[in-house]
Amino acid sequence: MNIIPILITAAALFSIGIYGILVRRNSVMVLLSIELMLNAVNINFVLFNAFLRDVLLQGQIFSIFIITVAAAEVGIGLAIVLMIFRNRQTANLNDFDLLKW
Amino acid sequence: MSWYEIVSYLILFLILGTGLRVVLTSNVVHAAISLVLTLAFTAALFLMLSADFVAWVIVLVYIGAVIVLFLFGIMITRAPLGRNAELDNVNKTTPALLSLGIFLSMSYVLLTSFSGEVNVIQSSSIEEIGLILLGRFVLPFEIVSFVLLAALIGGIALARKDVALISEDQI
Repeated sequence: MNIIPILITAAALFSIGIYGILVRRNSVMVLLSIELMLNAVNINFVLFNAFLRDVLLQGQIFSIFIITVAAAEVGIGLAIVLMIFRNRQTANLNDFDLLKW
Repeated sequence: MSWYEIVSYLILFLILGTGLRVVLTSNVVHAAISLVLTLAFTAALFLMLSADFVAWVIVLVYIGAVIVLFLFGIMITRAPLGRNAELDNVNKTTPALLSLGIFLSMSYVLLTSFSGEVNVIQSSSIEEIGLILLGRFVLPFEIVSFVLLAALIGGIALARKDVALISEDQI
C-alpha cells in the first residue's frame, strides 16, 4: 500500500487537533484534542517503522514511550484542572486568568 | 485494488471522520466517545501495519484507562452535559484557517519528500519488542517508569485537599 494516504491522514488528524485546541473553551476538551495530536504522531512513527523495515523497531518503541508520557500528561492535566475547578468553580479556559495582572 | 487497501482506506476514512467529530460536536460525552472510536480505528490501522503490540497497548492504555479518566474529568468539573453552544469560542475562522494552513504546508512537505510502498510482513513483533525494550532501550524504559511514578505522586499531591486547611483534630 502507498504510504502517502496514511501520511496525509496523520497530518489531517494533527491539524484537527490544533483546531480543537484553539476553538474549544472547556479545558477537558482541549486535553482531548491534545490526545488527537499525539495519536497522529503515533501513526507517523508506526508507519515509518513499517516503511523503513527497522530491525530495532524504534518507531514502535518510541510510540510506546509517547503513549506512556501521554497517560502521565492526562493524569497531571486533569489534576490541575480539578484543582483550578475547586478554587474557581469553572473549567472554562477564558476564566483561567490567575497569572494575568 | 486489493482487499488490504480497501480496508486500509476505510480505516483511514473512519479515523478522520471520528477525529473531526471530536472537535466539532457540541456534546462533551459524544466527544469522548468519538475519541474512543478514533483510537480504536488507529489500533486497527496499527494491526494492518503489523504493529500488534502497539495496537493492544493503545487499546489497554487509551481506551481502557485514559478515556475513563477523561469521563471522570468531565463529570467532576461539571462540564455542561448535553448540547450547548458555550463549549466553543465565538471566533472559529482564525483557528480553522490556522489549522488548514498547517495541514496544507505539512501535506506539501510530505508529498514532495516521501513516496513508496509499505510492504507489511505477516509476523508478530512482540518477542522482538520485549528483547529490544529491555536490551538496547532499557535506560529510556526506566526513565519513563520514573516519569509515571512522578506523575502518580504529582496527581495525588495536586488533587487532594490541602493539609494545611484541615484542622488538626480531624487528622
